[in-house]
Amino acid sequence: MALLEVSDLSVTFLRRGRRDVHAVDGVSFAVDAGETLGLVGESGSGKSVTSLAVMGLLPSRGIRISGEVTFDGRSLLRLKDKDLRDLRGRDMAMVFQDPLSSLNPVVPIGTQVTEVLVRHRNMSGNDARREAARLLDLVGIPDPERRLKEYPHQLSGGMRQRALIAMAVACEPRLLIADEPTTALDVTIQAQILELLKGLVREQGTALMLITHDLGVVAGLCDQVNVMYSGRIVEQADRRTLFVLPRHPYTTGLLGSIPRLDSAEGAPLQPIPGSPTDTLPWPSACAFAPRCPRRLEVCTTVTPALEPDGPRWLRCHNPVPAEEAAAVGAEGRREVAG
Amino acid sequence: MTTATQVDAAVGVFTGEDVAAGRWSEAFKRLRRNPAAILGAVLVLLFVLVAVFAPLLAPHDPNDQLLLGEVRPGFIPGPREGFPLGADALGRDELSRVLYGSRQSLLVGVVSTLVGLVIGLLLGGMAGAFGGRVDNVLMRVTDLMLSVPGLLTAITISVILGQSLTSVMIAIAIVNVPIFARLLRGSMLAQRESDYVLAARSIGLRRRTIVLSHVVPNSLGPVIVQATLTLATSIIDAAALSFLGLGNPDDTRPEWGQMLSDAQNLLGTRAALAFYPCIAIVLAALGFTLLGEALREALDPKFRR
Repeated sequence: MALLEVSDLSVTFLRRGRRDVHAVDGVSFAVDAGETLGLVGESGSGKSVTSLAVMGLLPSRGIRISGEVTFDGRSLLRLKDKDLRDLRGRDMAMVFQDPLSSLNPVVPIGTQVTEVLVRHRNMSGNDARREAARLLDLVGIPDPERRLKEYPHQLSGGMRQRALIAMAVACEPRLLIADEPTTALDVTIQAQILELLKGLVREQGTALMLITHDLGVVAGLCDQVNVMYSGRIVEQADRRTLFVLPRHPYTTGLLGSIPRLDSAEGAPLQPIPGSPTDTLPWPSACAFAPRCPRRLEVCTTVTPALEPDGPRWLRCHNPVPAEEAAAVGAEGRREVAG
Repeated sequence: MTTATQVDAAVGVFTGEDVAAGRWSEAFKRLRRNPAAILGAVLVLLFVLVAVFAPLLAPHDPNDQLLLGEVRPGFIPGPREGFPLGADALGRDELSRVLYGSRQSLLVGVVSTLVGLVIGLLLGGMAGAFGGRVDNVLMRVTDLMLSVPGLLTAITISVILGQSLTSVMIAIAIVNVPIFARLLRGSMLAQRESDYVLAARSIGLRRRTIVLSHVVPNSLGPVIVQATLTLATSIIDAAALSFLGLGNPDDTRPEWGQMLSDAQNLLGTRAALAFYPCIAIVLAALGFTLLGEALREALDPKFRR
């Protein structure tokens, strides 16, 4: 049994007087210690809601959660608030997208890092302070003693994200969820932060759940990848399979839309047309159908099921044929690697 | 000049001089560059110094009827040697009375603002921290109180409590409570949705810790600004209540509102007697208002230059 197992997780936002929104719809996956799982998709595909549901951080009112989330054999969705709080920060932790707004602007970094030590490791005073400095040093912040006294606005973006990671890994959690940890950072810093996360997985055997829309990040870090669209997993495969042979039209679309350096000058970018919507013109259909270049009649009448297809799981009536997929895969791999 | 300051700040960070510069010390720096803030601070300082050192500054005892012999119907002695503002209707030195009057105003202003602040923060903090039914009940009560003009509530309360300085302070404090309660609650609700509260929850901090060490400190800015502004309105309200005869009935402790009230019958004889306490009230209130507005600007990130 894997460390974290999510099966058939659904999250529905209940809206008074309007149609409910199925933010997450029947999502299943598993991550084990030392593994990195990627959740990939556009904004609004349900990646963040999935991670918040795992952490138990969704508001309790106006939301219906069903399915099963098992962490180390314990069912998280049935856990009492208090027990969940004991788990959070100690056994599982999260790193957020925007490091500036995720740090309290009026509290020095040191206080924010020591808080988690006080809470979960019964440290206090100088011990906590020393340990906080050690943690900042661990995540690669130079001159940690001085940084402890500073406020978030005095740190650079990369250092803020490092400080947040320091807080998240303070208790050596077994599961770390990183929600677009590099989106707000510039490219050189991105690489450093990813290296840092990679090191944690390798050295501490942390299970990492990485949420991103950046396929480059996925290629560099993830063992398993879930591609999500509109709250559902549309393709699930190991990294190699996904990048060599992407079969779902959405996955190929994502890989195909990466700008290329070697394309002819003035050649247009190739975006996926349209944008995600939660209202489909058909009662039951593939959510990607309105934007799909390979749409068939059946796509607008029957919701495809997630079914095994060789080494992968696929939710599509008309997947991209192997030869075409291999071409996109090759192109995409080159870009992602570069 | 802006560039110079930015460079200074950058150099400060670089050399590590500026290490502990938080939001408050930055706000203070901005405050020092704002002429309105300086003027406000000078007025407030003046007001406080006068109130504290009134016995040293006043040329005479405010209750000595030194010029009573010269007062007759239709005539009150004006300014002269040793009496720069002349005398009041009972022959007492007007300047000394105005100076001593600052003590009552400062006392009422500070006490009623502080009491209102403390109770308002407790109630608003409870509403903001617990939410749900507690929030609902408390906020409907404050809605009710805020829907009636403050001065009207204050008059009613001080009539019920009887004519005294204490009842004026209690009345104004009660009027101030809902203002602070609502302000803190609103600003806490905004903070509760913030990313850093989510981040704090994600490391398993207890709700109490999150509220006390994250939500409340971030919510206090507007409250402190409001407290400064409320000092001004409290001083004016106190003067208004005294003017209406609801303050201390004993006039051995001069009070600006009361002096104004006494002077209104003598407008034909010596209008200046109404003018002096008026100016005193306006300057004191202006000082706190300027300081409060400048503080609001200094703490508001949108105003940062």
